Amino acid sequence: MVDPDRLTETFLEMIRRASTELPADVVEALDKGREAERRDSLAEKALVTILDNVDLARQKVAPICQDTGTPVMWIHHPIGVSTRVLEKAMVDAVRQATARQFLRPNAVDTLTGKNTGVGTGRGIPFLHFEEWDSPDIEVRMILKGGGSENVGAQYKLPDNALGAGRDLEGVRRVLLDAVFQAQGKGCSPGTLGVCIGGDRVSGYEESKRQLLRPLPDVNPVPELAELEARVLKEGNELGVGPMGFGGRTTLLGVKVGVLDRLPACYFVTISYLCWAGRRAGVRIGEGGDVTWLS
Amino acid sequence: MAELKIPVDDEAVIRELKVGDFVELTGRMITGRDAAHKWLLEEPREDVAPYMKGTMIYQCGPVVRKNPDGSYVFVAAGPTTSIREEPYEADVICQYGLRGVIGKGGMGQKTLDGLGRCGAVYLHAVGGAAQVLANSVTKVERVFMLEEFGVPEALWVIHVERFPVMVTMDSHGQSLHRVVEAESRRKLEELLGLETL
Repeated sequence: MVDPDRLTETFLEMIRRASTELPADVVEALDKGREAERRDSLAEKALVTILDNVDLARQKVAPICQDTGTPVMWIHHPIGVSTRVLEKAMVDAVRQATARQFLRPNAVDTLTGKNTGVGTGRGIPFLHFEEWDSPDIEVRMILKGGGSENVGAQYKLPDNALGAGRDLEGVRRVLLDAVFQAQGKGCSPGTLGVCIGGDRVSGYEESKRQLLRPLPDVNPVPELAELEARVLKEGNELGVGPMGFGGRTTLLGVKVGVLDRLPACYFVTISYLCWAGRRAGVRIGEGGDVTWLS
Repeated sequence: MAELKIPVDDEAVIRELKVGDFVELTGRMITGRDAAHKWLLEEPREDVAPYMKGTMIYQCGPVVRKNPDGSYVFVAAGPTTSIREEPYEADVICQYGLRGVIGKGGMGQKTLDGLGRCGAVYLHAVGGAAQVLANSVTKVERVFMLEEFGVPEALWVIHVERFPVMVTMDSHGQSLHRVVEAESRRKLEELLGLETL
């Protein structure tokens, strides 16, 4: 039997980590980008500021970015654990995180324009539950900012203007177009979470799930690994650069997943993650022991 | 790096700023984003106007802590994406006598024309650098529309010291964003083997 208060406490700590501590692989990629930029360029200055900011957030235990985004969570739970108990614990954790300024009050009533003030609302946080055979509870999350969410896109192939057919070459073409369209507006350098296939519901969910993969993770499917590496290289050749200032660092990563599709549909769905790729995770054992995941 | 005191009395100071310049702002400015821009143009907001004249509007939805004595502290305060204010910004600048806009990602032709017409600049803060920028906020003087708009969308009057920004659109019709977009479009066409998109 899980203790709801302990759960809330653990989830709050996970959210604090996500908002204030950038994962090591993302910091490393930003630092590599800084080295690649021309000395004294706007691009280099932007990356230096970004890296200073990441350090400062960790020291001050304060949000890396003021847009703490939508908390998007994937929760695995054993047989017999109530998803309603888990949901309540998570909602409480988000509210407490908001009260402590780890999160911004980020839920606005769409009809009245009024901020709920507590960080939660209809559809916020977004929770995805899956039962599994393990006795553990595992949560993996991202904080998905609004600026980068606005530059996400869903293409349907074929796309005549881009010369994109229903194959991986077509996918490559629309991904590069999406990076071009985003310019600096999604806070480049960003990471593309991509889903090929699926429908207009499942495509976006899978594209976000791809953003849980650490940057060095290599796709187990060889042709997708090749696509990821190629789009990463060519995306950087576009020269959009950090913040859209021009430069060599436009993307930090490309992560591609696949779902099956209807015969009539061939969607390519892209979620753009800003440079502040805030991920966190936790595994809670049967006895209540906690392991932090990165 | 040049320090610029705000509010700015002399328009000529703003006209001297060019794309590519680094500037550190010291003085008083006001935040305002989506709800604020719409609201500012619905009718003249006379109580807010004195806090806008000659200074910059910072497109920012901060994280704010309220102290037991009722004062406020900016906990995290980076810029939001500017392009959403494209329909409003030129009119807000010219009606309220702003000398500049601080945001991220750049703005379009309508704003660029407004900068030239009314003597203002677009200043780019580093997106996501919420701690570096919050560190430059020394005081929160007052807030407008907090109850109605909520923390991120309220208009916060703040004092800043050496707040770091880059000029990416100036009052002479120049825009770094237009240049980068044109160059990256050429590169995209080359990578995709397309004539023109």
